[in-house]
Amino acid sequence: MTELIEQTLSELAETVAAGRASCSEVMQAHLDRIANVDGAIGAFVSTRDEAALAEAAAADAARARGEQKGELHGLPIAVKSNIVSPDFETDCASKILAGFRAPYEATVLERLRHRSGLVVVGNTNMDEFAMGSSCENSAVLTTVNPWDTARVPGGSSGGSAAAVAARQVPVALGSDTGGSIRQPAALCGAVGLKPTYGRVSRYGLVAFASSLDQIGPITRSVADAASVLEVIAGHDPLDSTSSARDVPDFRAGLDGSVRDLRIGIPREFFDAEGTDPYTLQLVRDAVAELERAGARTVEVSLPHTSYGIAAYYLIANAEASSNLSRYDGVRFGFRAAADELHEMYSRTRSEGFGTEVKRRILLGTFVLSAGYYEAYYGRAQQVRTLIRRDFDDAFEVCDLIATPTSPGPAWNLGERVDDPLKMYLSDIFTTTVNLAGLPAISVPCGFDKHALPAGLQLIGPAHDEQVLLRVGDAYQRQTDWHARVPAL
Amino acid sequence: MKVSPETVLQIAALANLHVDTDELPRMQHDLEAILGYVEQLSELDLTGVSPTASVVDIPTPMRSDDALRTLPNSEVVRNAPMHAKGSYVVPKVIE
Repeated sequence: MTELIEQTLSELAETVAAGRASCSEVMQAHLDRIANVDGAIGAFVSTRDEAALAEAAAADAARARGEQKGELHGLPIAVKSNIVSPDFETDCASKILAGFRAPYEATVLERLRHRSGLVVVGNTNMDEFAMGSSCENSAVLTTVNPWDTARVPGGSSGGSAAAVAARQVPVALGSDTGGSIRQPAALCGAVGLKPTYGRVSRYGLVAFASSLDQIGPITRSVADAASVLEVIAGHDPLDSTSSARDVPDFRAGLDGSVRDLRIGIPREFFDAEGTDPYTLQLVRDAVAELERAGARTVEVSLPHTSYGIAAYYLIANAEASSNLSRYDGVRFGFRAAADELHEMYSRTRSEGFGTEVKRRILLGTFVLSAGYYEAYYGRAQQVRTLIRRDFDDAFEVCDLIATPTSPGPAWNLGERVDDPLKMYLSDIFTTTVNLAGLPAISVPCGFDKHALPAGLQLIGPAHDEQVLLRVGDAYQRQTDWHARVPAL
Repeated sequence: MKVSPETVLQIAALANLHVDTDELPRMQHDLEAILGYVEQLSELDLTGVSPTASVVDIPTPMRSDDALRTLPNSEVVRNAPMHAKGSYVVPKVIE
């Protein structure tokens, strides 16, 4: 039997169903792995060892009584520290939410834990309030890349991606506002799926930019991403932006076939200045692999791609400045001492938020303020329309689009922290997907000369996660990049 | 776009943030750099282009007006730094 920590979620489900290991043994193996390697990786903000073992034991007992909630009942999952539950603290890696324990359960956790019986092992590190691309904006700890511990894991869901890559958990939840699931997945050699906006309820996800945020899984296999999506997708009366569309059987379409699918190759993504040639070559090789399997490629154009970062940072930060106004020291979290109410607000916020969060709140406040609203925020919303139209036009002639996920591999810790704009530019290939509300997945597609992983991004039409899962899964049947293990 | 120190302080006041004198040059520089970068949007002719605020293309759905269970007050105030008698306590606002 393959070592338990090496197994994917679906392999673990088979292992437990066949009686080769109990849920308790699976849980213990992962907790041991966390104890052994997380001192070096720093993926977890907190773990809940005793509670997780008790829940796994309860799952074994329920299975023995024939009361199994589903094939994933009792298996481990990690959760980004911005998805709430009354059973653990959620601090968004921010001082201002230190010790916060929500009085209610996020819908995704209601479905994963209570309906399907998965067990939350712990909370993963992130950039504070999901604002960042390297996980370095965490106020709690530093997470490193399991493939090279001198490098960043990507962000903002860096803890989730590192935990999955380091075999600490088979699956973790992340959130993606401008690439925060896909980019760290790419940099850590994992699979990251950002569903269509509205596919998954945001109820219980701490809001960053509400028109862009979406929860999704980080896994090692595409099939596992399909399994998790099946559980968390679907309408939720508690999130009016969640889609009422039926949730397909995402695993049913994973038949390994890509024959006659049309893969759009957007020239703007492959000609982009500053993209690492090695990354580009790995992505081209991955597309060639899909062509050998019977897919066809067609050149497409997304002419407003280069405006994506500017539009994204205006819209995301405008929404963030509004969403983060709730942190004022009154209802939850940190409060600074002050004699007067307004002083209390501003001292609480100034001491509680980190530099990047403050910078973004200032930028968002500026672009929404009188005299600047039309020139900045209004324009960005118009450009968002153009970006959506680009994708609509492209999907007239192709079934999905292939691009690099990140313009290059993981960079060194500290390399970009003093240059926010340079950090923002690392999201060039991911942000337009959020602006258009589309589904996209990052799949490991090889290693560069420094043995650092690269990701192939597949982008689909709205509500068509199925085509991404099918193609990603077919690619993984032909390759073994996702099965490689970092030396730790 | 030039951003003056006064503008940074004015925006900070609107956002209920305090920017220290030693933080001020850095914030001013960063905001100027980012706003300089986003200037590129003005290259585009956006005449007649409608804005997108949300990609959700259905109108806000109506739900039936049912009374739902709410959290008990003790749960709601549990996370507050200061609370008393089921209310939030803040520094005095009326002299």
